[in-house]
Amino acid sequence: MSAEDNKPLLTVRGAKTYYGNIIALKGVDIDVNRGEIVTLIGANGAGKSTLMMTICGNPRAREGSIVYDGQDITRLPTHEIARLRIAQSPEGRRIFPRMTVLENLQMGASIDNMEFFDTDIQYMFDLFPRLKERINQRGGTLSGGEQQMLAIARALMARPKLLMLDEPSLGLAPLIVKQIFDAIRELNRKDGLTVFLVEQNAFHALKLAHRGYVMVNGVITMSGSGRELLENPEVRAAYLEGGAH
Amino acid sequence: MNSAVKTNERAGIDFGRALKDGVIVGIIAFALLGPLVGLKTEQNMSNELIVQNRLGLAAILSVIVGVGRFLLSAFIYPRIAARGNRSKAAATLAELEARAKLTQGLSIVGLIFLFVYPLLIISLFGVQGSIKWVDNYGVQILIYVMLGWGLNIVIGLAGLLDLGYVAFYAVGAYSYSLLAINFHLSFWVLLPIAGMLAAFWGIILGFPVLRLRGDYLAIVTLAFGEIIRLVLINWKAFSGGSAGISSIPKVTMFGIYSFDVSAPNNFAKAFHLAASSAYYKVFLYYIILMLALLTAFITLRLRRLPIGRAWEALREDEVACRSLGINTTNTKLTAFAIGAMFGGFAGSFFAARQGFVSPESFVFMESAVIVAIVVLGGMGSMIGVALAAVAMIGGTELLRELDFLKAVFGNDFNPDQYRMLIFGLAMVGIMVWKPRGFVSARQPTAFLFKRKTVSGDLVKEGHG
Amino acid sequence: MTTSLRNWDSDPVLAVEHLTMRFGGLVAVNDLSFSVGRGDITALIGPNGAGKTTVFNCITGFYKPTTGMMSMRPRDGSLHLLERMPDFVVARKAKVARTFQNIRLFSGMTLLENLLVAQHNPLMIASGMTFLGVLGIGGYKTKEREAIERARYWLDKIGLIGRADDPAGDLPYGAQRRLEIARAMCTGPDLLCLDEPAAGLNPRESAELNALLLSIRKDDGTSILLIEHDMSVVMGISDHVVVLEYGTKIADGTPTETRNDPRVIAAYLGVDDEEVEEIEQELDVVTGSEEGRA
Repeated sequence: MSAEDNKPLLTVRGAKTYYGNIIALKGVDIDVNRGEIVTLIGANGAGKSTLMMTICGNPRAREGSIVYDGQDITRLPTHEIARLRIAQSPEGRRIFPRMTVLENLQMGASIDNMEFFDTDIQYMFDLFPRLKERINQRGGTLSGGEQQMLAIARALMARPKLLMLDEPSLGLAPLIVKQIFDAIRELNRKDGLTVFLVEQNAFHALKLAHRGYVMVNGVITMSGSGRELLENPEVRAAYLEGGAH
Repeated sequence: MNSAVKTNERAGIDFGRALKDGVIVGIIAFALLGPLVGLKTEQNMSNELIVQNRLGLAAILSVIVGVGRFLLSAFIYPRIAARGNRSKAAATLAELEARAKLTQGLSIVGLIFLFVYPLLIISLFGVQGSIKWVDNYGVQILIYVMLGWGLNIVIGLAGLLDLGYVAFYAVGAYSYSLLAINFHLSFWVLLPIAGMLAAFWGIILGFPVLRLRGDYLAIVTLAFGEIIRLVLINWKAFSGGSAGISSIPKVTMFGIYSFDVSAPNNFAKAFHLAASSAYYKVFLYYIILMLALLTAFITLRLRRLPIGRAWEALREDEVACRSLGINTTNTKLTAFAIGAMFGGFAGSFFAARQGFVSPESFVFMESAVIVAIVVLGGMGSMIGVALAAVAMIGGTELLRELDFLKAVFGNDFNPDQYRMLIFGLAMVGIMVWKPRGFVSARQPTAFLFKRKTVSGDLVKEGHG
Repeated sequence: MTTSLRNWDSDPVLAVEHLTMRFGGLVAVNDLSFSVGRGDITALIGPNGAGKTTVFNCITGFYKPTTGMMSMRPRDGSLHLLERMPDFVVARKAKVARTFQNIRLFSGMTLLENLLVAQHNPLMIASGMTFLGVLGIGGYKTKEREAIERARYWLDKIGLIGRADDPAGDLPYGAQRRLEIARAMCTGPDLLCLDEPAAGLNPRESAELNALLLSIRKDDGTSILLIEHDMSVVMGISDHVVVLEYGTKIADGTPTETRNDPRVIAAYLGVDDEEVEEIEQELDVVTGSEEGRA
């Protein structure tokens, strides 16, 4: 995180989102600065994934504003938001089950930078050798964890400015989780990739992130640097320690 | 937490934008209407085609379209959007409950109304005048209510999209006709037999299509419906071909009274009433009402039994069902069979009522209408399906009465021809307004503390 | 226990022998043999794509294995060869219940209804295969009440009794996982197969899951076979760990044995699985000083 471009890339203010008649986000404010890794932690059902989906415009925030790179994207259709080089690996993976691994990755690559395709795909295969082994297999026949890798790789293929990952560690073997988190750190350090990370694995996430937010029942209750939150006794009790009842 | 820095302004009316919309739409309308309406070819006295210039009319119409669009953009759309937001936010659980209560109240009132309906009509229009209202509206609608409820088991509960339901209706109708004519059996004996035969054909159809899902299931069931119809047309020795079967015996009042004019125990004669077919129609009305209520009663009971829950679970997730030890093959077959049985009942009633059956009555359009009733009503909801049947069948019947439109469009205007057009538009409209049908919420079949209505958003539609 | 014959060898509830599963040219599971001890909690672990879920699908009858034998011995002493049974018979007769990696609840049905659907087979018999039930004769009402009581017991156990009449789709993720376990238990299984039950749970919820699984074993005597990546679950409660890689077994033993197995560390755990402790130490060091983070 270099100090000079410490301007917010993404600003969410007072975002309220509903699912039908149920309010999921009750006015959320967050900032993600350029070149930062920001994590959002919280219990299941707190609204973390909803916030991520709201940023992508599906569902739309009924109130509040979402500004990305100086542009108000609150009312933009999802596909136009994606064109602003926000990539996400959503909850439930959402890979294309009848397309091969290679085709899935091709779908992820944005059209305007095809010259990077070969290098990018090589990088994905270095990151996830498993995907290379499965290159011509249909997405739907991959195991759960492999699909997760594919979803992350597909998001990375877009060469995003803002990468949003919803529980990248879900269903992955400890070794792979480590590799993914290392890769995120590396991409951030080398290319200045901005990352917004939703994680259940609060310990790893906070360790990786520059800053973090804690969400409870659709409201941000705490924020601070990753280390501050790691040390915070409340956070530790609620999200880090399992043994104590 | 500071208040929202920027909120999108969506209050206030954007007249500039609305005006732009209106002008653009007006221009498009003129571009289309200019050649379509503005130029008309006519034959003159010497049989030559001449072009009549009616651009003025086209311009007037275009202005109307443009102004209409302006009004929509300026007033109607913002209001709809605002209401959409509000109603979504306000449709709380309490509202769902209230809606469920309303539906319940509605069904009781509806039930009472159904029982007194023929009497009401007779008192209003007299015995002879009641025929149209009891037969064309009452009986006709109730047949479709029953068919809708029968198909509701297959589509609404089990989530299997069956586009060939009319086949079972045909099986019921032909079973009754053929058995009644050849073996001189009474309607009351043949009714269960027709139902059983239809159920048997339901199982026959069920077996090959069980592995299919979604679109494939729909296509095969559609084909099945057509096969039955084509067999009926071509197997002349059996079914009389496209000429059909006529002089099918009427229903008797359990053998005590007959409705045949020549019969010694004729109902009207026995009670010294003026001869009229109205009595038979009223009698038929009560039969189909009882049959429909029987369907409803059994369906409601089945929903509370393990088989009904298994159907709904099947609609929600078939794989999970299998992991819980449910034999999904049998479960699907029972859904097909029971749905088909009710179709068969309705079919034999139909044959007895018409006195004549031919393959013409069992075209794909019939299946489509029944499926539309189920979808429109809200899959799985009894009251919704009933309302949809009233709207669709009653509505199309009502459109026959639109003679007053002749005053507007001239004497050669035939409202009947526009029935399907208006009907289609109404369907599109309703599906936009209520995409999950009239009643989308689901009533749980069991509860521990309190019966809470399940919002339609969570209920799955099945994958075939 | 470690000295002589282990429980899973002496009294297996399920014995998998030479199981192979091919999909076209792809060998997902290759000549796999292992046993699940009666009353044990057995963990099946391994890298992603190692074939763990495929093994589950073979055991529960969703896949027909290419070759191999799987013999299941429920408490009643009967013997069932799972490879010969269709999926629903595996659940009904061989008493094997399962959950799914991507939760498969009946989301439009209430929690109670979900648990009643799980008791379909006994209730079906009680309703006289529906015929008597429709007419309202026979003892269906009492049997249904019993089924509801059983559902109430499980809802209580998973802490969701207050939401009994809410639709399952409205529950938060962690609660859905618990409900799916309760639903599987309502079939009265002898072997409960859980596919990543702790995925997406936070450490606190994982700990609750551990407690639930231990109490299931204690109160119901159900043997548990689980696939899991959360080491706090695997190492915390399991008696027996089987490690797969590329469809082949690379380790089989107690948690302590497997976690120290160099092959398991290389293939699966990564270099340091004692990471938590390491980080805590690091934290203690960092809190004092003000040095910038890496």
